[in-house]
Formats: sequence, structure tokens, C-alpha cells
Amino acid sequence: MIWNVEEYNNITVLCLKGALNGESVTSIQDAVLNQIQEGKRVLLDLAAVPYLSSAAVRFLLSLYRTIRDRNGTMALAGLTDDVSDVLSMTGFLDLFHTYSDRGTALALM
Amino acid sequence: MRAGKPYPFGATITPNGVNFAVFSRYATEAWLVLYRKGAHKPYVEIPFYPEFRVGHVFAMQVFDIDIEDLEYGYRLNGPYNPREGHRFDRNKVLLDPYAKLISGRDVFCGPSEPHNPFPHRAQVLLDDYDWGDDQPPNIALEDLVIYEMHVRGFTRHPSSQVHYPPGTFAAVREKIPYLLELGVNCVELMPIFEFDEFEYDRINPLNGEQLVNYWGYSSLGFFAPKAGYAGTGRYGMQADEFKTLIKALHQNGIEVILDVAFNHTGEGNHKGNMISFRGLDNKTYYMLGPNGEYLNFSGTGNTLNCNNPVVRDMVLNCLRYWAAEYHVDGFRFDLATILGRGTNGMPLANPPLLEALAHDPVLANCKLIAEAWDAGGLYQVGTFPAYGRWAEWNGKYRDTIRRFLKGDGGQVWEAAERIQGSPDMYGERGTRASINFVTCHDGFTLMDLYSYDRKHNIANGEDNFDGHNDNHSWNCGVEGPTDDLEILALRRQMIKNAVAVLFLSQGVPMITMGDEVGHTKHGNNNTYCHDNELNWLDWTLAEKNADLYEFFKHMIAFRKAHPILRRRQHFTHRDEVGSGYPDISWHTTRPWVTDWSYHNRTLAVLMCGKHGAQSGVGRAAQDDYVYMAMNAHWDDHRFEIPPLPEGMSWFRFCDTSAHAPHDVCVPGDETVLAQQRFVTVAGRSIVILVGKPTPKSPRPRRRTLS
Repeated sequence: MIWNVEEYNNITVLCLKGALNGESVTSIQDAVLNQIQEGKRVLLDLAAVPYLSSAAVRFLLSLYRTIRDRNGTMALAGLTDDVSDVLSMTGFLDLFHTYSDRGTALALM
Repeated sequence: MRAGKPYPFGATITPNGVNFAVFSRYATEAWLVLYRKGAHKPYVEIPFYPEFRVGHVFAMQVFDIDIEDLEYGYRLNGPYNPREGHRFDRNKVLLDPYAKLISGRDVFCGPSEPHNPFPHRAQVLLDDYDWGDDQPPNIALEDLVIYEMHVRGFTRHPSSQVHYPPGTFAAVREKIPYLLELGVNCVELMPIFEFDEFEYDRINPLNGEQLVNYWGYSSLGFFAPKAGYAGTGRYGMQADEFKTLIKALHQNGIEVILDVAFNHTGEGNHKGNMISFRGLDNKTYYMLGPNGEYLNFSGTGNTLNCNNPVVRDMVLNCLRYWAAEYHVDGFRFDLATILGRGTNGMPLANPPLLEALAHDPVLANCKLIAEAWDAGGLYQVGTFPAYGRWAEWNGKYRDTIRRFLKGDGGQVWEAAERIQGSPDMYGERGTRASINFVTCHDGFTLMDLYSYDRKHNIANGEDNFDGHNDNHSWNCGVEGPTDDLEILALRRQMIKNAVAVLFLSQGVPMITMGDEVGHTKHGNNNTYCHDNELNWLDWTLAEKNADLYEFFKHMIAFRKAHPILRRRQHFTHRDEVGSGYPDISWHTTRPWVTDWSYHNRTLAVLMCGKHGAQSGVGRAAQDDYVYMAMNAHWDDHRFEIPPLPEGMSWFRFCDTSAHAPHDVCVPGDETVLAQQRFVTVAGRSIVILVGKPTPKSPRPRRRTLS
């Protein structure tokens, strides 16, 4: 799992690359959560994440709640069909704002 | 790791670890066997040291494991002496009976590993689903319209055109609008506990295809949803997907009842596989004969020992789990009389399990429905120990209504009993004890009920010996497919007769998936083993048989519109509200005349709406009068209609002999009868009338002289 953080127009963009599962989540969870600042808009770019596991979905949920508790907002961009379906079939997609890609998200957020 | 907590059983997530607890009374040694997901060999086996054993429970806590990459089982050592009931085998790795997730059959009929020594593996569930503000609909039992559904069969057919993988919980969610349009408010899901679809080794003699366990009545684990019913099963997210379906159904006012089979397990008889219970504690989990042989009251080779206190607790814990964690609204118990048998197989006068379920606080709002018979010959329809809570699949309703509508002699009296909620069977229990149905998954479809005289089960590979012989069916003149238009029309008419009677009967109506669009199984009345079009709902039928679908839809709406059809208490046959009419009255072709003789095949019923659900002594309800004239005779008959009070008229809602769209109308749009005294009911048909205020005719204009 590779990840990096960029800033665009006061939006924090977390870009994740690789399969997101229990092991990779454990390796990045604390570091990612530390990046969340008060009142920030956060965009997760998942265009390069081909697979989400159950623990990864929980990670997204935990991230979402942390951001919300810090008075920020969170959105997802670039979901592959497979990732989108997994989130949708398990009901988690309803919890997130989603955009087709990073550019659209940055323009509309 | 360290000694664990003996309760709760199963794998429980604890801070930094997982607690494993497994019961065995007779095992001498046990090991926890841990695998990385999908690995053939375990990465570690940890013995339960003597200090890890509390009573008959082996318990251990293990720390710092990646639960998502974990599959686990148990290895137990103990005596092997089948005559004494013991079958321990330390060479086997066993499935946890409390497993909340089970891998191994992640895709229905997907690739299998027949030589995998441990194919069904427990996984640890992240039990943190966010239900939001989900509320069970809590629909009164008498207001339910139950739709019996097979999860896979509902959307597996290519014509379903679902976005999500066909045959899954998610795909069912896509089709909720269909259920809403039909008008049902409860789905009863055929078994969704994990089972092994590759349980059988027989082939279809007609085409050589492998036969499978399609219905799913052989559970491997009672706490785990079937992974193969989830599009996300391969990711281990079947629990989330199923909960999302239930949440969505609840949001749409639809309840969920699970069909649960606690009478047996998927381990079969003494030749069956050792998967879990048999190797954990054979003597506790199964009913055994004096020589250790499996007692077989289920017809599947073994019988779960439900009234052993340990097994009883497992069943109770299991139901609580589904009610609390999955927000399930009720349960239908397959071969439920087995739950009332003692550990030696004899029926108990006061079965502790049934009593415990009836009084359990967590299950207090759950519907409990019994299939009140078993394969051991115990038939308790009408006498099932109910404790004021249990309802029953009314098998006598099904058989009587079939015989009556087919035109058998000597059925009129009993048909009247069934239509008014079977007070002869459920006198003190009320109408809600009776789940009324004409068809269910087991037996002919409604279309086949009137297309076949005999079962045609050759494809099942049992030489046509399986399935019921006593179907009370009628092919209307030709066995199976025909292009004879008269026969085809008669079949539709017979189907509509059954639907009309079902929805005008007191009790709780249940219909079977596919009947509303004329699904056929080509005369096979026992399709437990076919993963194909015999069981898959063909969605193109909704268009081909639109008249049937519309008929169902309007009959359901009619039932919902008239509280008099959904009484909780039995009729008294008296006028307690001062309407001038008894709550229910029976008639023949002549009003106020009954004829229960053998050769009579005509029957009419009048239900006075002033005696509806909200009525009481001296207090009338506001509902219409409903009159149903049933002519099961082959000739037309003219029925004299009971007269209505002044200012009211009879309106026609339904005539099953009329061609669509004139066979039924939208409730409320009934047309007034031109002739109020008589109605002709064609041979083998039913007419339903509604008595309501006479429409005011426009006054003639007064002429004014200029």
C-alpha cells in the first residue's frame, strides 16, 4: 500500500494505491488519521485501489467519523466498479459522498 | 495467548485479540487450529492446556492476530465408540458450531476442492454494522402477506437483469420495488444459513448434470449467512450485505422471516462427512438410538438433539443472535415437531425448547411459525404446543382448499372451516395461528397444480419415488403442456380461484415466489436439487402472464382494504354490533341456507364489515360487506344473493371466469350489479361482491316554464 497527501484549494487529498485490506490498513491507519486537521475537507482518491476488504471498509468508516468529529467533510473519488459495488452491496456507499474522479471532486467539493 | 473465557461460545473479539470457546462434554483433548485465509495447511495449532478448560468448555484467548486473514477450526481427541455414541477423530479439523462467518462456498456452485480436508472454515466477524435508525415494521400477524422466497432463485435467471451479481442478497434489494408493487409486506426466506450445495453426489439422469443442494435445508452452521448468497461473499462481507438487505426491506415496510432448519445438520447419517457437531460431541448434538445409531426423524439421516440443554441453548442463542444482530422479524421452523421431541425421540408433553422460545424476551416481538410435522410421522397441525405464541403452516388448509376447488365431494364443511380461520383447529388460539397457503416451495407450483395430475420427478435421480404423491392436483384435461385454449383458460381460472379463496380467508396468507406470474416446474414437485430454470424465477413471465400478476396484486390490495378479512379473533356467528347481520354467515345458491352434504359443491360466504377488526360488542366498524360465491361444480349455478340493508348495493369485484381485465378490478372501482338479487357463477369459478352504499343517481332536472 502506497499513500500520499496533497493539498488543493484547501482540500486534503489522500491518494491510496494498492489493495486495501486488514494488513495494509494497519500499516497506514495511524499515520493517515494524524493527517486529519480540524475543519478540513478531505478527498480520498481510490482510483488506484482495486480491492477493498472488510477491514478496509471499516477503516474508511473510522476515517469518516474522525473527520466528522473534527468538523470536516470527507468524499471518495475514482472508485473502480468493483470497489463501488462492494461498498454499495454492503450498504456503506450510502454513507459517503462520491465523485467519478479527482478532478470532478476538486471542482465540486 | 492465555486461558480464555468459557462464555460466550464461538470466537469473540476482545481488546487486542480473540476469545475462542468451544463445548465438548466427552473430548479429552482439544487444539485450536489457525489458518491463513485459503491456506491448505494451518500455520499454528495451539493446544488447550488443562487450565484452559472450564467445565465442559475449552477456552483460549489469542492476541495479535489479523482476524481478516484468519480461518480457524478445532481438533478434538476423545473416545471412538459409535455404540456408545462417540465418534471423535483427532485427524479431523472441525468447524465451530458458533461460527458467524463460514468460508469455503463463497460463490454458489463456484469452484470446489473436493479433497480439501477442511473445506468449511470459520472466520471471525467484525460485528459492527451500523443499523442507523432501523426499526422492525412490527406488522400485526393478521396483516401480513407472506411471500416465500428463495434468495438465489429470485434473481438468478438472466431475465432478472439485475446490476449486482444475480442470485444474491444485493440483487434481491434491487427488486424491492417489485415486491412493493405486488403488495406483499413480508418475505420468508428459504434457508440462508451456510450449507454445502455440493452435498449430493447424484446426477440428473435426463441430462447428466450434477445435482446440488439448492434449497439449503442442511445447515453447516446456524449462525452464519450463506456466503454464496452474497455478491461480497468472496470478500467475507456476506453479513454486511444481508443486513443491508434487511435494512432496506424494513425501510420499505417489509418484514423478514427466516426459514430455519434446526431439526438436522448437513452431516447426514453414519456415512456422512464429519464437519462439525459429529466430531465435537456426537452424543450431545444428535439423537441416538440405544446402539448409538442416528435416529432419523428428519428424513435426512440425522436429528439434532434439540432438547438436550446444551443444544437447546445453542438454538435459543442462535435465534436471539439473528433477531438482535440481523433485526430479523420472525422464524419459520422446518419440521418443527422435532423441536418437541425428547432426547430419546419421543414427543414431550411440555417441550422446554418450544416453551423457552415462546417466552424469550429477545424474541418477544418475533413471529414464530411451525411446520408442525416431521418425517418421523408426528403430525401436530392444530395441536402444536403453542404457548400462546406459535403459529403454524396450516397443511390442512392447503389440502382442503385444493380438494374443494378441484371438485372433490364431501369438502364443503371443511372448506368453510378453513376459510373462516380453522376455528375447529385453533379455537382458542385465534385466526393468527393459521398460516394459510395453497402452495409452498415443497410441492407443485400453482400453475403445475392445475397442469399435472401426477408428479414428474425423474430429473431428481430418485426414479420418481421422491416428493408427495397426494397432491390433490388436476391437469384440467391434459397432462402438462397443451395448446388447447379451453384447457389453458380453465387452468388460469383454477389458479385465480385458489388465489381468491386464499386472500379472502381468515388467517395469514402466504404465497410462493413465482406463482404470481405462473411459474412452472414442469410437474416436478420436489425441486430441492436443481440450480436451474426449474427453480429460477423467469422475469419475462410477468409480461406473459400479466393477468395472473394483476390478479394477485388486486386480491392483495382487496385484502388490505377490508379489515373484515383480517380479524384476529374467530367469528362468533352472531350479531354483536347491531348491524342486523351476523359477523359471518354461510350460504349455498340460496341465501341463509346451508348444505354440508357430500354432493354439494357450492358455497357462499357473507362477511359483514361492521364486524371488522375495530369492532366490539355494540360498536360497529366501518367496512363493506364482502360476499364470495364459490362454485366448485362443473356446471354454472345461479346464486341468490343475501339482500343488503336499505341504501346499499352489491358491486362486483371479481369473477374468475371472466377474461382479463374483466376478471378483477382495482379495489374501490367495483361496478354495481345491474341485477342485485342473483349472480350467475360459472362452473369452477368464484365471484366476489362488495356491499357498499348505493351510488346516488343524478337527479332529473326540474323543468322551468318560461
